[in-house]
Amino acid sequence: MAEIEGGGGGGHKKGKKVRGKKQSTRVDFTPMVDLGFLLITFFMLTTSMSKPQTMEINMPVKKDITEEDQSKVKASQAMTVLLTENDKVVYYFVDEKTGEPGTPVVANFGSTGIRKILLQENRVRNIAVDSIPVYQAQFKSREITEEQYKANVSRIKSFKNGLIVVIKADDKSTYKNLVDILDEMQICNIGRYAIVDITPLEIELLKNTPLAS
Amino acid sequence: MSKVKVPRKSTAVDMTAMTDVAFLLLTFFMLATKFKPDEPVAVTTPSSVSEIKLPDTDIMLLTIDKEGRVFFGIDGQETRKDLLKRMGEKYQIAFTPEEFQEFALTTSFGVPVKELKQYLALEAADRAAYPSKGIPTDSLNNELSDWVWQSRLANNNIRVAVKGDQQTNYPIVKQVITTLQDRNVNRFNFITSLEKQGE
Repeated sequence: MAEIEGGGGGGHKKGKKVRGKKQSTRVDFTPMVDLGFLLITFFMLTTSMSKPQTMEINMPVKKDITEEDQSKVKASQAMTVLLTENDKVVYYFVDEKTGEPGTPVVANFGSTGIRKILLQENRVRNIAVDSIPVYQAQFKSREITEEQYKANVSRIKSFKNGLIVVIKADDKSTYKNLVDILDEMQICNIGRYAIVDITPLEIELLKNTPLAS
Repeated sequence: MSKVKVPRKSTAVDMTAMTDVAFLLLTFFMLATKFKPDEPVAVTTPSSVSEIKLPDTDIMLLTIDKEGRVFFGIDGQETRKDLLKRMGEKYQIAFTPEEFQEFALTTSFGVPVKELKQYLALEAADRAAYPSKGIPTDSLNNELSDWVWQSRLANNNIRVAVKGDQQTNYPIVKQVITTLQDRNVNRFNFITSLEKQGE
């Protein structure tokens, strides 16, 4: 501590030389520490350390899509996922022979809902997805490089007979639903999906499907 | 027998070490800090497992709030000035040098072009209270489309990031996506927060 010494101490020593008091060179650091921590607190509160996470979306070039391109998706590969109110998902497959939509099924988001179905459907069509976790383990234990891992994953994901998911959101769904379903695509290793406008037929279909399940 | 004297020790602690640590941390935070850009609206982003980080520069940020208002923000003061000049020419509004200066410092705004002068005249602190209507996106008066297009002319390397609120209704998101597609922006980012484990 910085002591300020009172002058009264040495008065009674008579006859002796008045010596200059040796002042302590120590300074009280407490206010400085206070200030330091105050500034730390300020910077900690104002700083935004983590960069935001993002999800990359690629949409097709609008003008280039022709009718032909649209119908190229094989009925057996395509799964249509409709997003609707109350965080519900309705999915259906198109019957290959008749071209009519199959029976719509209502599901929830999350690991027991739509994810289970997506994983299952994707696995049926593209058995190679099973090896993605293996590659991932190899990558984690440094057996393969990141490039190899990524190349393998993208090769598996772009398998041409794999599941194609057509995502259609109705007007009652929210942005969260859209992000969630895109997230599921990533979790389920589905390489091919598209966000498409909903058709009147499907709005009708949603109306006729009881959502409570 | 004399008493055993306990020597009195001073309670003063050497503060030097603590000061060192405090200032080390202070230096770290001062260097690592990047001030949060002031946002006109609070937005809760949905979570995802995606781990791609958003690049630091050349970002055009389209914020969509709960009520479906769209806010526009762009990086770089020079880009902003250039953009305002282009928009002024397009909508035939003459902006003053002060307004250019103000606009260069505006990170994000959500007012129609016609109200921009009025908005820029406000003090930065009062802008939060301004009844922002959002940038018009409907097909009759799609100002967002112009903002996007002029931004791309002002800075060709711009990347588009969309930051939506969880509860935003889909139609407005679709409108924004369609607008981007119309302007040949087919690659963009959705800003999300990191998924919590176990969800």
